[in-house]
Amino acid sequence: MTEAVSAGPARRRRRRLNWVPYALLAPGMLWLIVFFAVPTVSLVSQSLQTGDVFNGYTLTWHVQTYVDALSTYWPQLVRSLVYAGLATVFTLLLGYPLAWFIAHRSGRFKNVLLVLVIAPFFTSFLIRTLAWQTILGNGGLLETTTDALHLSWLLHGFESFLGLVGLGTGNQLLYTPFAVVAGLTYNFLPFMVLPLYANIERLDLRLVEAASDLYATPASAFRKVIWPLSLPGVVAGTLLTFIPAAGDYINSVLLGSTQTVMIGQVIDSQFLRVLNYPLAAALSVSLMALIITFVTVYVRRAGTEELV
Amino acid sequence: MSWLRRHTVQVIGLLVMAYILLPNLVVLAFSFNKPNGRLNITWQEFSFDAWLNPCDTPGICSSVGLSLKIGIIASLTATVLGTLVAFALGRHRFRGRAGTNVLIFMPMATPEVVMGSSLLTLFIALGVGTGQTTILIAHIMFCLSFVVVTVKARIASLDPRLEEAAADLYASPAQAFRRVTLPLVAPGIAAGALLAFSLSFDDYIITNFNASPSSVTFPMYIWGAAQRGVPVQVNVIGSVLFLAAVAFVGIGQLLAAGRQRARA
Repeated sequence: MTEAVSAGPARRRRRRLNWVPYALLAPGMLWLIVFFAVPTVSLVSQSLQTGDVFNGYTLTWHVQTYVDALSTYWPQLVRSLVYAGLATVFTLLLGYPLAWFIAHRSGRFKNVLLVLVIAPFFTSFLIRTLAWQTILGNGGLLETTTDALHLSWLLHGFESFLGLVGLGTGNQLLYTPFAVVAGLTYNFLPFMVLPLYANIERLDLRLVEAASDLYATPASAFRKVIWPLSLPGVVAGTLLTFIPAAGDYINSVLLGSTQTVMIGQVIDSQFLRVLNYPLAAALSVSLMALIITFVTVYVRRAGTEELV
Repeated sequence: MSWLRRHTVQVIGLLVMAYILLPNLVVLAFSFNKPNGRLNITWQEFSFDAWLNPCDTPGICSSVGLSLKIGIIASLTATVLGTLVAFALGRHRFRGRAGTNVLIFMPMATPEVVMGSSLLTLFIALGVGTGQTTILIAHIMFCLSFVVVTVKARIASLDPRLEEAAADLYASPAQAFRRVTLPLVAPGIAAGALLAFSLSFDDYIITNFNASPSSVTFPMYIWGAAQRGVPVQVNVIGSVLFLAAVAFVGIGQLLAAGRQRARA
């Protein structure tokens, strides 16, 4: 905010025009204040009110709602963070090689590949998630394909493996935690690939050559040179994936079961079907608080300040 | 084996590409299916039925119409408001800059379910009934930040010497803006508008919190249909959107490449 202090004549001119930035900001900022900031306050207030839909609500600072909400729904809250975390790790593992491939190895197909990464955005999120039902379901595309290739033992082995690590039931893919995490990974992969690509594309490949000239193995060149340089892209990508994935419930409803319920689903049904507004608001506030804490700690650790 | 080692990145990259595109191909393939009963999950027989009668299921085309209407109004409004904010941030120094940046960043860092539910509590507290207007308000709100970020990035990448050159050639600030700055920023504004439209058109969670039974958007229609079995027409509309987007962006890329070649 000390930016305003600068040299002589420029400063005088700027001061005379000082209302301009505020005039430019006013409509957009007003919109965000009225329809984003105020609702956030109203959400917190709703979570501390008591009453019912028919007789109205009054603010009573009833903190007990939070205790009730968290003691009943902590498994769904924890599950949401775990699934979102897993999906973030998988999108990074899949997205990094893809971003590298597009940035440095795809030659004249670079633009085509970029378009194809973005294009699925334009088919509805819901339709694409439903397509995974067709692919993973019993008698679905994956099962018929592996049958035809005489590889069904591989599929069954994978299903048993998922059952052992607690991500499946042992005999199916659809309606398991695995399907939900795979759906989240799929849906948020472009959010990881694009910031990674933007970062990796600017990477100077001569640095890799320099590292190998200095007798670095490919692995240590990656660990000591490439990875630190791509951290800003990694941070942006993980945030863009983790945050929406933690609140998402489309994947858990369409690809999961009653054992995979995520917190968004609870908030949705408490708000729109049970009409228990204070409880739903308390869960919403808790989710937001957890995410803000996570993001703050994570960004501090990664050492990136400028996010926007 | 050594071929595989040298081409690891290519192989993984193409496999991940396949993972990204597989659902779209499944949607496209099953738009030509003739399902036996309500579920369009197993392949029965090839048919053009759904492509010839895309509106043959009640409610589907009116929901697409509503989504298009909301998408266009919301993306245009968000683009205008967001572009103004981006110019303020990219071209001016002022008090309250840090606060402005936080307010722009927060909607992008908030899960949809939190934004949708908090807007709903506001509408409940004010006694405002939900419907098309409340959906529009919500969409403009969450699209705004994305427009600001996109346009701001474009403004930041401009060479300030171009505007200085215009001023040196006796252009007034208004002329320099209209003839130099605006044409250079235009691709960023277009990208922001396109992004806003696709976000709005595709949104389910926030919309669902702020909609009424009489304002059913296309994603809400699909959600409802998913409980009973999705009609083939949904695949047709999904495929049309996908192919249109690929064609649209593809043509844009070709034009840009052609212009570059002409310049070289």
